[in-house]
Amino acid sequence: MSIPLTSEARVAGSSAGTAGTAGSAAERVSELQARIHGMQRDRWDGGGRPVSGVLAELLPDGILRTGVVYTVDNSTSLIMAVLAAATADGGWSAVVGLPDFGAEAAIGFGIDLERVVLVPSPADQWLAVTAALVDVLPVVVVHPERAVGDAEAARLGARLRQSGCTLIVAGAWSQSEAALRVTGTRWEGLGAGHGYLAGRDLTVHVSGRNGSGPRRSTLVHLPEVAAPGDAEPVVRRESGRRGRAGAGIRKSGRS
Amino acid sequence: MNRERTIVLWCPDWPVRAARSATDLPADTPMALIDHRMVFACSPEARRLGVRRGLTVREAQFRCTDLIVLPYDPALDRRAFEPVLDGLEDIAPGVAVLRPGTCAIRARGPVRYYGSEAAAARAMLDYLHGAGLPEARAGIADGPFAAEQAARAPATGPGGVGSESPDRVRIVPSGESAAFLAPLPVSAVADAGLGTLLARLGVHTLGQLAALPALDVHRRFGAAAAQAHARAAGREHEEVVPRTPTPVFDRGQEFEPALDRIDQLAFALRSTADTFVLALREQTLVCTAVSILVSTEDGLLTERTWRHPRWFTASDLIDRVRWQLQGEGRADSGLAAGVIRVTFSPDRVDAVANHEDGLWGTGPDERIHHALTRVQGLVGHAGVVTAAISGGRMLADRQLWVPWGDDGAGPPGRASGGDARPWSGSLGGLLPATVYRERRPVTLVTDDGHALRVDDRGALVGEPARFSPPRSAAGGTEGSTGTEPRTVVAWAGPWPVLERWWDTPAGRTVQRVQIVEEHGSAWLLALDGDGWRAEARYD
Repeated sequence: MSIPLTSEARVAGSSAGTAGTAGSAAERVSELQARIHGMQRDRWDGGGRPVSGVLAELLPDGILRTGVVYTVDNSTSLIMAVLAAATADGGWSAVVGLPDFGAEAAIGFGIDLERVVLVPSPADQWLAVTAALVDVLPVVVVHPERAVGDAEAARLGARLRQSGCTLIVAGAWSQSEAALRVTGTRWEGLGAGHGYLAGRDLTVHVSGRNGSGPRRSTLVHLPEVAAPGDAEPVVRRESGRRGRAGAGIRKSGRS
Repeated sequence: MNRERTIVLWCPDWPVRAARSATDLPADTPMALIDHRMVFACSPEARRLGVRRGLTVREAQFRCTDLIVLPYDPALDRRAFEPVLDGLEDIAPGVAVLRPGTCAIRARGPVRYYGSEAAAARAMLDYLHGAGLPEARAGIADGPFAAEQAARAPATGPGGVGSESPDRVRIVPSGESAAFLAPLPVSAVADAGLGTLLARLGVHTLGQLAALPALDVHRRFGAAAAQAHARAAGREHEEVVPRTPTPVFDRGQEFEPALDRIDQLAFALRSTADTFVLALREQTLVCTAVSILVSTEDGLLTERTWRHPRWFTASDLIDRVRWQLQGEGRADSGLAAGVIRVTFSPDRVDAVANHEDGLWGTGPDERIHHALTRVQGLVGHAGVVTAAISGGRMLADRQLWVPWGDDGAGPPGRASGGDARPWSGSLGGLLPATVYRERRPVTLVTDDGHALRVDDRGALVGEPARFSPPRSAAGGTEGSTGTEPRTVVAWAGPWPVLERWWDTPAGRTVQRVQIVEEHGSAWLLALDGDGWRAEARYD
């Protein structure tokens, strides 16, 4: 694919030279490049499932693509939010290598525990386990025990594309569709010796494919909706309602 | 008369005998079995004191003050009768169970073999005598009903044959069943309602009942009465339908010399597992739960029951043996002792029709199950789990991991997780996304550098000022900045959790504190006897 791209670019450059002015040439080049990008598929696009709410703002194009890798670096809650969105249609999912996965919190995110398979401690088998699971499950979350090389990542990527599985990596991965990372947290409900944690605002830094796409930071309020449950005191409900009404999504700017 | 000659063997007071064998009571204690708060059966000792079937418990205890009262267990009845039947089938084929303690055998075969009806009956009674049933009796007549009445007939009646036990075999000659039955009361064939009705009409004996025209009985009293009428007249239509002996599906294999490697064992067991599954398949059965017994050289016998979400194939069985032996170990690990015997025994079987694939297959779930089974082969049976929420106060206690394929806690976990009222001392507010299976030691100090304490009144001594997160084994997720102390910016607590204060060894007193530190991460810490530990992390 790279050879036609270069030749097209050269043609574009020569045609721009004939046009004269430097500014219009640059515009022309970028326009032609956009057309080339539009015509040739330089990446696999296996479709995806639209997500709603917070994630629609976080993920590129507002959809969770299938057959690709997302990385969520340092927040289990954010992983749960993505997992809940991905399995909202009742699909199965697996969580590999997270022995401390809080099942009760997962329920609060709307995840059906009966359809979540946990492989808490696969040790050095984690890659084999993940490879076996991505063949059949639509969503797999994995915490890599070690950094994977490009070759292994590419092999797994091929399996993902074949099976249409979305892999969510808790950590670093070399070829990811989008990397989500929490850069700041503001907690609600806890003071100096009183109250309790009731909600939070996460500043999520999203970078695009392989760190090259558009980068932006988004402010996210979790939990998105107050967790269901009759055990909550009234105060909790009020704070949750306030959080929903007040926070929602706020773009804090582009970096 | 082409009614078949039938031998009926009757063991008096069988329910009492079965219950006594299960409870190890002395043989001469008066005893009664209770069903629906009425005496269902009683021992001869109790009967001598006036206890009868159908009495209330109180009345029975009034008549016999040292009566031992046990609940009636029909399953125990049948189970206890099973070995007796197995033995009888060795001497005479085609045994039909009329009810536990009473069985019928077609007479033709045994009579030809033993020479005469009396000799056949005696051979069977001899066997029962050897099996510990000396009071058993035999009756021979045309058809099972007449034969049973003959077996139950009082011993003094005419027709007793046999020199050594004249009163235990009663033979009603062919064609004389009706005459034999005639003096018996109507209650022998009719249920309570019909019996009362017939008595009011002046019909008291079977002979009187048999004298009524069959068609009129049928028209007036219905089909059940017509059947009773046929029985009373010695024209019963029942035939002895021999029971089909339950096939034995257990399959085992001995190893000589003993095998001490799992892969050797798996290879050697393959054909046994295949025959086990095939034998079930021939009966159109599949096994959904299996017990695997493994005997090792050092005399240990391990048994474990494995369940399967669908049904066991041969390779599934081999996997279960593997998991049972290696426990948490890995596929290439050796065994502690050589295995000398492995037995598969079906614990639960089901008709194969209930497990047929749909016309278009059972779709994705089957693929998922296969993949998870493969993963279980990599990481062990307990390595692939589904989570369930159970009861408890500490967060780690509330999470229950059920290995894939096991039944798990099921309803109780669901009930206490979803619908039940909250546990006192449970955590309010946001639930942490990371719950440590083992609480990890952390440092939480006050401004002057001393570890934060909670006094006897349950109040904090000082305020938390600095916090060092746990040293993570895995690294990575704990944040980038190691374990140097961080400033605590917000906190709340302590919230006490007092568990099992009445039980000193298992008792637990924990003080919980929530903190938010300067880098923005929030923790749930717990102070127990060993100092501060991180119970969970909000991340």
